[in-house]
Amino acid sequence: MAEYIHVGKSVTKIDSLGLAAGMEKFTDDFPTEDTLHCAILYSPHAHADIMDLDTKAALEMEGVVDVLHFKNVSRVLHTTAGQGYPEPSPYDTVLFDRKVRFIGDRIALVAAESREIAVEALKKISVEYKVLEPLFDIEKAMNPSAPRIHGDEEHVEIPVAYRPEVNLAAEVEIAFGDLEEGFSEADFTEEHTYTMQAASHCAIEPHAALAFFDARGRLVIITTTQVPFHVRRIVSRVLDIPLHSIRVIKPRIGGGFGGKQEVILEPLVALVAWRNKRASRIVLSRREVFVSSRTRHAMRIRLKTGAREDGSITALEMDALMNAGAYGTHALTVLSNTGSKVLPLFNKIDHLTFTGKSVYTNLPIGGAYRGYGATQGYFAFNQQIDMIARRAGQDLLEYCKRWHIQEGETSDVFRALGEGKKGVSQTIKSCRLSECIDRGAAAIDWYEKRGKQLKSGNDRVKGMGLAIAMQGSGIPQVDMASASMKMNDDGSFNLLIGATDIGTGSDTILAQIAAEVLCIPMEKIIVLSSDTDTTPFDTGAYASSTTYISGSAVEKCARNIKARIITAASQILGLEEEDLSLDMEKVTAPKSGQQVTYEQIALSTLYSRDQLQIQAQASYVSQESPPPFIAQFAEVDVDEKTGRIYVVKFISAVDCGQPINPVLVEGQVEGAVVNGISYALWEDYIYNSSGKMLNPRFWDYKIYTALDLPEMKTIVVGSFEETHPFGAKSVAEIAINGPAPAIANAVYDAVGVRMFDTPFTPEKVWRKMRS
Amino acid sequence: MEAVFRINGKEKTFSFDSDATLLAVLRDSGYTEIKEGCREGACGACVVLLDGLLINSCQVFAASAAGKEIITVRGLGDVHSPHPVQSAFVDSGAVQCGYCTPGMVLAAYSLLQKNPDPDDSEIKRALDGNLCRCTGYVKIVEAVRLAAGRMQGNG
Ligand code: FES
Ligand code: FES
Repeated sequence: MAEYIHVGKSVTKIDSLGLAAGMEKFTDDFPTEDTLHCAILYSPHAHADIMDLDTKAALEMEGVVDVLHFKNVSRVLHTTAGQGYPEPSPYDTVLFDRKVRFIGDRIALVAAESREIAVEALKKISVEYKVLEPLFDIEKAMNPSAPRIHGDEEHVEIPVAYRPEVNLAAEVEIAFGDLEEGFSEADFTEEHTYTMQAASHCAIEPHAALAFFDARGRLVIITTTQVPFHVRRIVSRVLDIPLHSIRVIKPRIGGGFGGKQEVILEPLVALVAWRNKRASRIVLSRREVFVSSRTRHAMRIRLKTGAREDGSITALEMDALMNAGAYGTHALTVLSNTGSKVLPLFNKIDHLTFTGKSVYTNLPIGGAYRGYGATQGYFAFNQQIDMIARRAGQDLLEYCKRWHIQEGETSDVFRALGEGKKGVSQTIKSCRLSECIDRGAAAIDWYEKRGKQLKSGNDRVKGMGLAIAMQGSGIPQVDMASASMKMNDDGSFNLLIGATDIGTGSDTILAQIAAEVLCIPMEKIIVLSSDTDTTPFDTGAYASSTTYISGSAVEKCARNIKARIITAASQILGLEEEDLSLDMEKVTAPKSGQQVTYEQIALSTLYSRDQLQIQAQASYVSQESPPPFIAQFAEVDVDEKTGRIYVVKFISAVDCGQPINPVLVEGQVEGAVVNGISYALWEDYIYNSSGKMLNPRFWDYKIYTALDLPEMKTIVVGSFEETHPFGAKSVAEIAINGPAPAIANAVYDAVGVRMFDTPFTPEKVWRKMRS
Repeated sequence: MEAVFRINGKEKTFSFDSDATLLAVLRDSGYTEIKEGCREGACGACVVLLDGLLINSCQVFAASAAGKEIITVRGLGDVHSPHPVQSAFVDSGAVQCGYCTPGMVLAAYSLLQKNPDPDDSEIKRALDGNLCRCTGYVKIVEAVRLAAGRMQGNG
């Protein structure tokens, strides 16, 4: 493997000191002058028509400047999904509608001189409802006699199944071989239904946005977004403001995890600013984030497998029912991902079907969430293979190693299932999953503890569980990233990228890549990212795409710069280009020993002869989406008296290709694992019978703190992905897939009960053990 | 009403409504290093040291801080001369999005004032009031350990 100077090094994150010192700025940290503060009125009914709405009393309040609602805001159907255009999500949302579809749906917005006044004024808006029958259950919602949640105007922009008349936001179906034949070849079948609940991203920074005018009358939006370029496009379209009049800036972002891949607040602050020609801003309360932003999609998966006595799977049938909530943002693609990111992992199943439906209900809106459907799919899949291996009397680790997809192999699923269209076929070029399994098992002493039901303490029994997974690296033939660079007098470079660092460290790793190609120290790369006026385009931070796709764009751009530097150096030195190579901050001619520094080249090209600025740009679209792989091991103690699960140890061994920055890789894995454990054990949306979320506070919706941590270890198993210039694959999402199934498998190993639905509360475990 | 706070070593006069929280008053006055994550005392993003005590500023009336000494994360150090706790967070990779970081740094600082050589469980207990969704806490705990070592002169 090549020796790198920056790639593979745990370079300090370039913004971390400024963050630790409290000096970096997040959205709500930017001051604005003469500002209107916004507050939103939400629906108290899960399903109702608005018969009338009166804002007179609110408008008469001192300090209230504007009230927006369905009567004064034009009805432009769109999706809030921050996806590429045309979006694969249905156009089923307007800013303010005559109808409300869940408790927490938006009814009106007040803009006032202070937040307090705006909140007070909300109480003065009177709304007359005609309450409609609410639908919470996915089965009921699909019943042809069920009331409709969405009307006839709602539509899709691309040719995919969309049937709002039966409350279907999306449908997916793929099939290979002949299921019946497959099952007839089986010696035994397993058929189970698995459910996973909705969950909140819980980025510690709540959603916020502000809009103001610059001195030229252009609208500037600063926002907590993962997708600044999509924000600009969608705001322009929804508000009919020319795109060239809008500038979107993404400052530091306090975590996203998919929750900020949604265009929710930007059109509102933009509209208030545009109508009143004043600055406007909004910050959601935590309660609003829980109820009215987005959630992980609750999903029910029926998985049936047929296997021979030796454990080989002859047929697999997966059916996913997804609760989309009130609007269909990401309803198709999350559902597709449940199949497309899971089923290729065991690629030797001849007879296979995947069907899925995404169903509208009158509950909070599902959306993108780290793992993006794969998490739900792997929960089912990993428990099922644990069962099959056990029934076939096979060692689980050997079983997984034997059947998982290998280098040089492919899966029909890649080709069949894409993002709202057919997929892209690909052959796996790097896969060290078997090594991940071995190294993880060794680190957790698997064979010493698995199947032993060791006692730990009076009532506690130990169990060991494994989960394996793959994900993708960006959306092939869809996601595009660009970068541009220019050289400064001292031989430093500005790196301008559309890529969106939401706390992941992408500004840093992209700088590492540029510095590597150009053979310069990190501090000579000055990064500016995610400003629609000044940086080139990038689809944004989602689908685990930044390292792979934006990273490739940066590498290509830096290579273009390198070529120009060599050309300039050859003119300065009077030598042939092929005789020159890069050394630290200089170009050298190894044969003659001559050299010229970057600074000399910069000064010469900027000021002395044939002047030009050395600069370049590049764009990159990937033809494939190489999956990273992971093996995750849980050691749990189950309290037989209380049913409480204690996750004692959690090991992840991940193949993400060449890690560009190992510490950042570990950080991604650790963050995802803890989120995953917290989700598996605790996190839940609790509704009353009217569909109202009862626990929209951190006090009642508990997430893991430092005190809850198991012993954790991340093993980075290096591989080299040849389709990436530095061999890298993604790592941001994959590690959230393993905790729930690994823990479930460990619970079974400990006490012999199967946990088919998350979260695994002590009560559920206890009941299972008793039944 | 008006009140004088001594904030990060400087006396300043603030004017605010009597029911305003310390968090709101300080953020409105430009102390944006104090973050807001929940406004209900559950996340620790808004902590400051008030007369040396770690408190959630969203749960305290500004009025009650009159005449008191407030330290925010910027009072510990800045990018030119960071406090060892801040440097340890940077060096350990404990800063991802950084939104929880000002609170975490102050919680760690406060712990190390009282207990210069904490063990892991003491560190975890001290950080229990601060939520982080990015890091999984592993590197934050490491950072506190590193800071403790460095501040005792063996790092
Ligand atoms: S904002 Fe004060 S504890 Fe969360
Ligand atoms: S680093 Fe993002 S919340 Fe802690």
